[in-house]
Amino acid sequence: MMRVIRFFLLVLLALAPLCGAAHAADDFQTLLAQLASDDFDAKAAAIRALGALGDPRAVRVLEALSSDGLYTTSDHKVVIAVESGDGYALTDPIDGKSLGTVTSDAVDQVMVNNSLRSDVESALAGLMLFSPRREDRQRAANDALKHPAPGRIPGLKKALAAEQDDEVRGTLRKALAAAQLSSTDKSEQLAAIATLSDSTSPEIYNLLAERRNASNLDPAVEKALDAELHAIAQRIRIIGFAATLFEGLSLGSILLLAAIGLAITFGVMGVINMAHGEMIMLGAYATYVVQQLFGAFLPPQWLDAYLVAAVPVAFVVTALVGVALERGIIRFLYGRPLETLLATWGVSLVLQQLVRTIFGAPNKEVGNPAWMTGGISLPGGVFLTWNRLVIMAFCFVVLGLLALVLRRTRFGLHMRAVTQNRDMAAAMGIPTARVDALTFGLGSGIAGIAGVALSQIGNVSPNLGGIYIVDSFMVVVFGGVGSLLGTLAGAMTLGIVNKLLEPVAGAVLGKVVVLVAIILFIQKRPRGLFALKGRVAES
Amino acid sequence: MPRTPSLLAPRGWTWLLAVGAALTVAVPVLNALPSGSALHLPDYLVPLFGKYACYALLALALDLIWGYAGILSLGHGAFFALGGYAMGMYLMREIGARGVYRNPLLPDFMVFLNWKALPWYWWGFDHFAFAALMVVLVPGLLALVFGWFAFRSRVTGVYLSIITQAMTYALWLAFFRNDMGFGGNNGLTDFKDLLGFDLHAASTRRGLYVASMVTLGLGYLACRLITGSKLGRLLLALRDAESRVRFLGYSVDHAKLFAFTVSAIIAGIAGALYVPQVGIINPSEFSPGNSIEIAIWVAVGGRGTLLGPILGAVLVNFAKTWLTGSIPEAWLFVLGGLFIFVTLALPKGVLGLPSMLGTVLRRRPAAPLAGEERAP
Amino acid sequence: MRLRNIAKALVLAGTVLGTAPFAPAQADDVIKIGVLHSLSGTMAISESTLKDTVLMMVDDLNKHGGLLGKKVEAVVVDPASNWPLFAEKARELLEKDKVAVVFGCWTSVSRKSVLPVFEELNGLLFYPVQYEGEESSNNVFYTGAAPNQQAIPAVEYLMSKEGGEAKRWVLEGTDYVYPRTTNKILRAFLHSKGVSDADIMENYTPFGFSDWQTEVAAIKKFASAGKKTAVVSTINGDANVPFYKELANQGVKATDIPVVAFSVGEQELSGIDTKNLVGHLAAWNYFESVKNPTNAAFIKQWHTFIKDDKRVTNDPMEATYIGFKMWTQAVLQAGTTDVDAVRQAMYGQTVKAPSGFTVVMNTNHHLSKPVMIGEIRPDGQFDVVWKTKRTIKADAWSPYLAEDKGKVADWTFPWVCGNCTEPKYKAYAN
Repeated sequence: MMRVIRFFLLVLLALAPLCGAAHAADDFQTLLAQLASDDFDAKAAAIRALGALGDPRAVRVLEALSSDGLYTTSDHKVVIAVESGDGYALTDPIDGKSLGTVTSDAVDQVMVNNSLRSDVESALAGLMLFSPRREDRQRAANDALKHPAPGRIPGLKKALAAEQDDEVRGTLRKALAAAQLSSTDKSEQLAAIATLSDSTSPEIYNLLAERRNASNLDPAVEKALDAELHAIAQRIRIIGFAATLFEGLSLGSILLLAAIGLAITFGVMGVINMAHGEMIMLGAYATYVVQQLFGAFLPPQWLDAYLVAAVPVAFVVTALVGVALERGIIRFLYGRPLETLLATWGVSLVLQQLVRTIFGAPNKEVGNPAWMTGGISLPGGVFLTWNRLVIMAFCFVVLGLLALVLRRTRFGLHMRAVTQNRDMAAAMGIPTARVDALTFGLGSGIAGIAGVALSQIGNVSPNLGGIYIVDSFMVVVFGGVGSLLGTLAGAMTLGIVNKLLEPVAGAVLGKVVVLVAIILFIQKRPRGLFALKGRVAES
Repeated sequence: MPRTPSLLAPRGWTWLLAVGAALTVAVPVLNALPSGSALHLPDYLVPLFGKYACYALLALALDLIWGYAGILSLGHGAFFALGGYAMGMYLMREIGARGVYRNPLLPDFMVFLNWKALPWYWWGFDHFAFAALMVVLVPGLLALVFGWFAFRSRVTGVYLSIITQAMTYALWLAFFRNDMGFGGNNGLTDFKDLLGFDLHAASTRRGLYVASMVTLGLGYLACRLITGSKLGRLLLALRDAESRVRFLGYSVDHAKLFAFTVSAIIAGIAGALYVPQVGIINPSEFSPGNSIEIAIWVAVGGRGTLLGPILGAVLVNFAKTWLTGSIPEAWLFVLGGLFIFVTLALPKGVLGLPSMLGTVLRRRPAAPLAGEERAP
Repeated sequence: MRLRNIAKALVLAGTVLGTAPFAPAQADDVIKIGVLHSLSGTMAISESTLKDTVLMMVDDLNKHGGLLGKKVEAVVVDPASNWPLFAEKARELLEKDKVAVVFGCWTSVSRKSVLPVFEELNGLLFYPVQYEGEESSNNVFYTGAAPNQQAIPAVEYLMSKEGGEAKRWVLEGTDYVYPRTTNKILRAFLHSKGVSDADIMENYTPFGFSDWQTEVAAIKKFASAGKKTAVVSTINGDANVPFYKELANQGVKATDIPVVAFSVGEQELSGIDTKNLVGHLAAWNYFESVKNPTNAAFIKQWHTFIKDDKRVTNDPMEATYIGFKMWTQAVLQAGTTDVDAVRQAMYGQTVKAPSGFTVVMNTNHHLSKPVMIGEIRPDGQFDVVWKTKRTIKADAWSPYLAEDKGKVADWTFPWVCGNCTEPKYKAYAN
């Protein structure tokens, strides 16, 4: 209770110079009614005034407004509404009392757009600087840093004085410095520049650069600014390079996931599997189906776990399709690798059309679970998204497990034996036909798993496979057919080179350069990066 | 794989040419009949058949290297498209000031991208002879350089297939770029006339059809000449056992390079004939899928024969024309199923059907078909 | 011996080729209309819905007794996202099936591919997608938006106080003619509003582009310069899903950097989780969320026809609806399906559209339509935050482009042309 009172007092104190004594608490109701106005300017003014009012009830109203939760009833009363069942549960924003539930026809939403939403944000930010919750204050401090204005200086000074948390203090200090940059006092300017000196953010760089372009600067300030700009630019460049590397690794891990399955069906078994892309697609659709089933049959809090369940489901489904494919078609074509290409091309056409017939041609929505949305913000404006980090980790887990299967299990031993010398393996009593089917199933299953991951960053459509098929072949051939390590190295190299070229040459030309490089590279090393060593004179 | 000898017998191919000649003459004659006549061939079929003829020529080109020299190129669509672009560039220049923006020098898309001058690689394309030379030269040179690198480093089999795919993929992406100066995704279109003949006139279409058929015939003869020569036998030998041929002292690389280049040139010519008949050339001709499809035509018809690819190209494309109209939502099932069926059941394609039926009839129970090819 | 068989087979094949599948099926009591939308290949994602829309309209028409006392029959073909095949199928529809009208095409290249065919055979094509303009054919009716009905109002909105007063612009597009043209017009427009080139970033990516990390990071960097930045996206269909997923995950919020898209509608959004995209914008002539009786009936009709209440409607569907209604009215007015008569009857034809406005066909073969700006809602629909007071007439030729100066598209006397600077019948014009 004490904290709330203190918060309230602080708000009033902080905003006193801004709003003066003109606004009394009764204004809250007037402003609330004004929010529902049809006039854009009136709405915006109401939001700003609500923010300046310093009434804690305003926080609730503004939050409701920005998340589409503010409604008007048929008698023009503004209420906060939450969807419940078929109707809406209403709350009175003035006294916080429940007003019962009404049908959706009985209320009208108070429309907001982006511009109003950002007004709400900055209004809230002013209030939040003194919020009892740490994350609110941090957010408010960040907002102040992003929109520095001399008018905010007094509020920021007060907030800084009251703040206990070190991280929030750090941000507040920077925000204050940013606001003080345009000060007329030379020492204050220099102090502000010094405070911002360890910065790595492009926003602050631009802020300083803008300041540097201002006329009649003091020579000392000018010098300090120049030194500072140079240092920040240097840091941003280094961080930028690291970010590009990350992007490359992320692209590489996606290529790797798409290619691992092919590394088995094509690399190990020698089947040119043009239906590989469609296996990825089936995996993605399996993910979609699992998501729908979770949504339909399980309580909502379980929904985010669908992705975990989708991995085994996709693996099993595509592995079964793979086994069926091998038993039904491919086994008749061993020794005729180029003809497997034709048959599997036919299979890919059929699978695409099948999916189109069953699920329809438009894209399907596969959502990111909450634990995969957003990301971590690093210094220098770099942002690592969770979905890419998770996919990266996932791809290494899959690769590791696969290596384990190949190296440490009996099936892996059989598989290697059969691919190295089929006749000898058969003579040793290895059931080659079964091993073939299982190997192809394994490769297809892994492609299915890749589909689960790819559904998190791209389309889920019948054309999904086509996007990755050519790239997958490039990765496997470039890395060296039959070598998992080669596939890993190939995927990562291609990913990083692609991303390094992209800012220089553009997305298209960069890729063209990469492809030409692959063609030339194959001339130099016709068996790829990691060629299998063995006594294979001519295959 | 044994050849089908009867088709190479002198009597065989004269017959074939006779049928071809009959078709060449019959289509335009029937089309020229008044439209009320029962025998009148509808106008829309003439460019369609012309298109089939171009596809057949393209398939023939691929068969020369795949069926005879054992090199499966998954990038033959690129040579086809390059020939097409060379022709398209000539046709664009022919439009002259009749374009949307009335610019006598620059094609519409260049005016639109604010280009002030014709880029150097468009120079000369206002002359048909130059364009015709480029139709041959560009695909030929690309194949020569590409093949020289690839065969010299002994890139074979699947690896070669994949890097040819990389080649067409790279060109595909490159031609999509508007900054390349080839019209980007829209490609070259809105052609008006060819050597002064209006492209929308029925007589021009008939002429183009006849030209395509005659070229197809010439292509057939050229391929027959090559495959019948000593070089042809060398190609067959290296298809079956490259190392042995090499050890015998033959220059394998040169033989392959020759066949590859000739094949690319034929593909380029096919492309050049194709463009005025369909009225558009655009980067999608470079798509890897298109090149794979060419291989499928050859396989369906029967590779390693000269008639096979022609038959396959016509058959598959005819099926496509027919099915996309009659069962638009299920035609991919039929086409995909056909590819699977042909590879599994007819390893020698449609042309192998008679001999296979013969075998089955002669000694039943039949041996498992698919086991036949398994390498010893 | 074998050869003779083959020769026989060849002749037989030739005969079959020439007759069976090509034999025109004639019946006098039906009116045929062609549907030329890709049902397979890359464009099936967008186009297959339009095929269903036409079928729905045909179904409805037949339930109301058909047209001119005849049953209407849709001839559906699949051009398979293959541009030469578009031309071939168009020719087949017009010559073999003798269709009275064709509804079809989505991409500009497919339209460019079939255009000579329609002009040569004097067919009629209704093209339902927003496009780059710079065209007015006597044989095509364009029922989608021209750039001045979509792009320019959207940018004007973002410049307004209401839209957030954007000062810096990222023009992000797929590398093909529609984005190039739109961006060229936009750049000229922005210049006219005093925006300098330093405040415009233009970037193109290939079709189906899926790795947007670099581009989104570049947008964020460009936006960090302090001025309010907005992104104008002309990214084509397929590439949008990964683009928006990257935007959402990199935390680009609409309040910081709003993205306005011209190719993203309800159907595209149905493939994306929109919770984190709230507030990003799209500009269209119609949104499913618009409330009026015509739209309610349209949505209901669609749900009944497709037997799925979850399927959304979108702008190109509305454009198809308008085109179909107009054609039907024009046929009734002309009393025939003859192309020349129907074309004359089309001018000035009005339809009460699901957008809630009465749209009219102009003599430049383009519509007058309203423009609406919508913000994405969490449920994948749009809130209309701004719309024009009345309909806006489409410009076939942009007044902002130097090379279009003085160009007029008017297919009535005395102009009678789609691309000229002076009337065809100048001598009689007074």
